[in-house]
Amino acid sequence: MNSSANALQATFGNAIGRVVDARGETIVYVSPAKVRDVLVWLKQTAGQDYNYLVDVTAVEYRDRERPLEVVWNLRSLSSRQDLRIKVELDPRGELAVPSVVDLWAGANWLEREVYDMFGVTFTGHPDLRRILMWETYAEGYPLRKDFPLRGRFSRSEQVRQALNVNPEGHYSMEELAIADAYDELPRDMRDRLARGERDKIPNSE
Amino acid sequence: MKHLQTIDGSDSWLTTKVQSLFEWAAKTARIDGVVNKAVNLSRANSLWPMPFGTACCAIEFMATAASRFDLARFGMERQAFSPRQSDVLICAGRLPFKLAPVIRRIYDQMPQPKWVISMGACASTGGIFDNYAMVQGIDTVVPVDVYVPGCPPRPEGLLYGILMLHKKIKGEDLFDSSLRDEQLLNDKGLRLPPEQIDEVSEPFGNSVHQFRSA
Amino acid sequence: MSKRTVELSVATPGSDAQGNPLRVPIPASPADVDPELGGEHLLVNIGPQHPATHGVLRLVVELEGETVVRVIPHVGYLHSGFEKLGEYRHYNQIIPLTDRTDYLAPMSNNVGVVLAAEKLMGIEITPRCQVLRVIACEMSRIISHMVWLGTTSIDLGAFTPFLWAFQQRERIYNLQEMWTGARLTTSLTRVGGLLADVPDKFVTDLRTFTETFPDTLDEIDRVLTRNAVWVGRTQNIGVLTAEEAINYSLSGPMLRASGVPWDLRKDKPYLGYENYDFDVPVGEHGDVYDRFLVRLEECYQSNRILKQALDRLPEGPINVDDPRVILPPKSRAMNDMEAMIYHFKQVMEGVKAPVGEAYAGIENPKGELGNYFVSDGTAKPVRWRIRPPAFINLASISKMAEGHLLSDLIAINASVDIVMGEVDR
Repeated sequence: MNSSANALQATFGNAIGRVVDARGETIVYVSPAKVRDVLVWLKQTAGQDYNYLVDVTAVEYRDRERPLEVVWNLRSLSSRQDLRIKVELDPRGELAVPSVVDLWAGANWLEREVYDMFGVTFTGHPDLRRILMWETYAEGYPLRKDFPLRGRFSRSEQVRQALNVNPEGHYSMEELAIADAYDELPRDMRDRLARGERDKIPNSE
Repeated sequence: MKHLQTIDGSDSWLTTKVQSLFEWAAKTARIDGVVNKAVNLSRANSLWPMPFGTACCAIEFMATAASRFDLARFGMERQAFSPRQSDVLICAGRLPFKLAPVIRRIYDQMPQPKWVISMGACASTGGIFDNYAMVQGIDTVVPVDVYVPGCPPRPEGLLYGILMLHKKIKGEDLFDSSLRDEQLLNDKGLRLPPEQIDEVSEPFGNSVHQFRSA
Repeated sequence: MSKRTVELSVATPGSDAQGNPLRVPIPASPADVDPELGGEHLLVNIGPQHPATHGVLRLVVELEGETVVRVIPHVGYLHSGFEKLGEYRHYNQIIPLTDRTDYLAPMSNNVGVVLAAEKLMGIEITPRCQVLRVIACEMSRIISHMVWLGTTSIDLGAFTPFLWAFQQRERIYNLQEMWTGARLTTSLTRVGGLLADVPDKFVTDLRTFTETFPDTLDEIDRVLTRNAVWVGRTQNIGVLTAEEAINYSLSGPMLRASGVPWDLRKDKPYLGYENYDFDVPVGEHGDVYDRFLVRLEECYQSNRILKQALDRLPEGPINVDDPRVILPPKSRAMNDMEAMIYHFKQVMEGVKAPVGEAYAGIENPKGELGNYFVSDGTAKPVRWRIRPPAFINLASISKMAEGHLLSDLIAINASVDIVMGEVDR
């Protein structure tokens, strides 16, 4: 049993749900409201030092009554200990958890992937957009259990939508916001950038 | 989808006139057979591949190009990573939907005469990936000349496929201009009618277990 | 941010007072030549189809002259829905899927996924199986690093090491084919054991390989390590400090080249690695050159482990003796009712895992490959998560490439050692 579990229960009391110790792994369930504080504490406290983020992912169960879990796998390199922190969310409700990109920079793409595959929003993420599917992907969030294996649309519709995507159209806001060139951009493009449109560049259709 | 239809598949008036003049001259002098054979031979023996390598088949393609199986003896060592300078597009590996417009654009950028080899099971039919992300065969996106089965095909298998393409090229008629027409997408943005795409993408085999989630 | 400390200059006709050739400095940005020229940034798209991006990776580069101001990688062009497919497959049916994620080191992936499944099910494998899996992992490490070496040399202009590296790969492919029947998509492991035992010729051929492989490594070392072009293009390029490497969750040679001595084989041993005598190379500077040296040295060390594994290969069965997990031998299944029922249940229903979850990380050639299974008591996992080392390592490229030249970006991209099948899954 990882000693951090006891330290967490002592420090955060009610915010810590159950602690599971199985197969040599320690899993701590945390309430969604306090998970950010827990993760900050785990990273920054002197005895804990969880300086390495192994993984961020989510799990949805086949049983519709079970909650959707967001999972952080943490590791302390100095003490060689692993810890798994889980948060339970209502799969039918709004899925949002705080982002930890400022604590571990490796969380950037991992959180984007969880957003892409499950639709979980990470509040505070600098650039939360789809990473594996294309940005205008309309079928939904693939790893959810109500998403069928072969997708929602028919094959011909999927091919048609895929071919309709302009491969150059997917520049992110960040890429297009080239500070020096902004003044020279045409007015309508500047307006569209300001409105947050990212899926088309002008004269692409 | 105008970005995919910036090519006009037809030739200019002058080109058509020159081609028909050439054809008349060759047929009158009875050398059309020899000319045909010579052109086809030179096309087949110096196919510059455009290796559109995505996944594991790309590694087998690289192994075929390396010293043990050597593609250079077929005139194919000059691998053109620019489609404008290539003859045959070898799609080696699986093609997800996100990559479909890319391969379509690469194919459109290749000048005639061009051929396509679909290497591997995933490029030919979607392979083991019958799911939301994978194109079920690149022939729904680009026209294919030779399908090479295998997961991945052995280098000998790919070489056999290339030799089949040679045979196909040597059997082509130089004066049949319909062979060299650009095959563009139709106005619906597809290459084939939707019913045909759905039909070829239907799962086959008798295991329902592959779609049952416990 | 690490800018080049080397001043670029080009030779010009004539010589100065000491007889040295005259050199004219190359400006790093148009603004250095003429203040009015500077300030305009160019957005260049590299990929997704490009020979030097090692697969279908798209890099959008913002350039000021030749200097990279920002690089934004776009991935997902090879997303194949592995994790979704895993929910519709039995645990043994997932193994062929893993060949296709990191297709440069397939046996290592096979081992990684069954270690997680066996941890979930609480299965202890036999000693012979352990040693054979170590052999499989180290062979995979060698072939993965050989691809890395070959393709990186091509990117930086040296074509010959590619052919030497691929020739060694062919020798390992022969061994893989001898053992599993396939060159690349091996599907070597099964939950509780292996596909098949090694033939006798395999052991003798692998021993011959371990004796002659270091010669090729020495040749590559001679050609590249102190080569002025190689050193000039890789030293001080793409530097990541140890704190940054840990913060970006890097693993494998990328982490060790930055000076962090973390190797799962030593720090969280599995498959009996604590009993083998090998060193783990750790770099100092965290640049592309150090990553090259770390990977080259890892090949020597893998060779060392292979020799030890061959020496200590014990006799015995390769599969665990549990008919609920391992298919009974055909002779028994055809003659004995109970064995036939076990065979039927396993093939039709799969091996049921207990309720729970398990994570097992192994030291893949690219980094820490983790497999996370969550089970609800059925034969198909509720969730199969691959913790992809290449995906996480690739995210650091935007940090590494700032301030470097465009050609350095190619070297940095090559040094990350990505395989897009694993990045996109």
